[in-house]
Amino acid sequence: MNVSIVKYNGGNICSVINALKRLDIIPELTDDAEKLSKADRVLFPGQGEAGSTMAYLRAHGLDRLIRDLKQPVLGICIGQQLMCRHSEEGDTDCLGIFDTDVLKFRPERHEDKVPHMGWNTLTETGSALFKGFGENEFVYFVHSYYVGVNPYTIATTNYIVPFSAALHKDNFYATQFHPEKSGSVGERILKNFLDLTL
Amino acid sequence: MALAKRIIPCLDVKNGQTVKGTNFVNLRQAGDPVELGKAYSLQGADELVYLDITASHEGRKTFTEMVQRVAAEISIPFTVGGGINELADVERLLNAGADKVSINSAALRNPQLINEITGHFGSQVCVVAIDAKETAEGWMCYLNGGRIMTERNLFEWAREVCDRGAGEILFTSMDHDGVKNGFANRALARLAEEITIPVIASGGAGSMEHFRDTFIEGKSDAALAASVFHFGEIAIPELKCWLMNKGINVRL
Repeated sequence: MNVSIVKYNGGNICSVINALKRLDIIPELTDDAEKLSKADRVLFPGQGEAGSTMAYLRAHGLDRLIRDLKQPVLGICIGQQLMCRHSEEGDTDCLGIFDTDVLKFRPERHEDKVPHMGWNTLTETGSALFKGFGENEFVYFVHSYYVGVNPYTIATTNYIVPFSAALHKDNFYATQFHPEKSGSVGERILKNFLDLTL
Repeated sequence: MALAKRIIPCLDVKNGQTVKGTNFVNLRQAGDPVELGKAYSLQGADELVYLDITASHEGRKTFTEMVQRVAAEISIPFTVGGGINELADVERLLNAGADKVSINSAALRNPQLINEITGHFGSQVCVVAIDAKETAEGWMCYLNGGRIMTERNLFEWAREVCDRGAGEILFTSMDHDGVKNGFANRALARLAEEITIPVIASGGAGSMEHFRDTFIEGKSDAALAASVFHFGEIAIPELKCWLMNKGINVRL
């Protein structure tokens, strides 16, 4: 299977590459339009700040390219956030694939620490992305901004507020958590993504 | 459910081999940090910390190669520390695949390093480790693995670390470390009240009760230990089951 990872200025994608290698997939990191369009699967992972990553994607024509992809696409962490309409981080207009906004966590109590960092559970995991997912399984999160619950939500996590742990629309999937850092549970989610049929 | 309390084994690495504790499970190479980390990961450790205790240049290279192997083979987050003095060290270790770096003496000598790391790589990668001891003047921070006392008060330094953008604090009480008599829960609880980033408790784990106590009385977000895990005195699966039965939210 031909798997591409979008090459841009969102840092630390080596854990995603390592996780795919453990599934016997050697992904290609590329910003080449033809390679990305022709890949069987595209991953859009990364860390970073919304404003500077969106500016980079626009400057390199990757914004339209990602929106126009037809194969299964998986955004991870900042990838999920950039696939939404707008982010409160740097008041940034994003890709608009998911018609919903990205907000900053506002602690309500002193114990509500931001970033939301560590292992948390998911609910409403009916999507094919979560095939084989048991009750009370944990995945690993690190984020300060979140996407609220909306019509595209396919998994919810509760931290300060209920938010979207994963989104789905047409060929586009996204997770706020890091499947590549979520042990065997995350491995299964990545495998489910590779096995998706549209 | 809510965010789980984390259990973190810490591995000291010298010249590419783990030091102390090899009494652990049936590993072919108990001294191999990657094998040991993998075993902990399978047992349910939530994160791993690898500390480079080598001083030489050659040792640094070996450690970086080990970080690459850990990143390739282990699918849970891991932090690396030891000998990080400048941004270039951080970049080298993150490029090798580490998720977070832990800085200690270098942050006390040059607090601006915290701003530099978080500015370049984000708050989440920057763990500031603090070694402190309770003295007549209060809780004071120490440099160089506890060998040199500083003028810095633990709580003031922790607030500054937090203001400079660090993602977590790893607090080791030198009075409790190695004694196996429980974590420094009063100081930990005060830290939790005064700062807004997660605190990892370190130093003092001797029994399962000590973990429960630091999560409840110490309000710790995570607990780190070395020898009780390495010598097989506490097994992580049993510890987590026990904690869950005591009402602590852990990942099983």
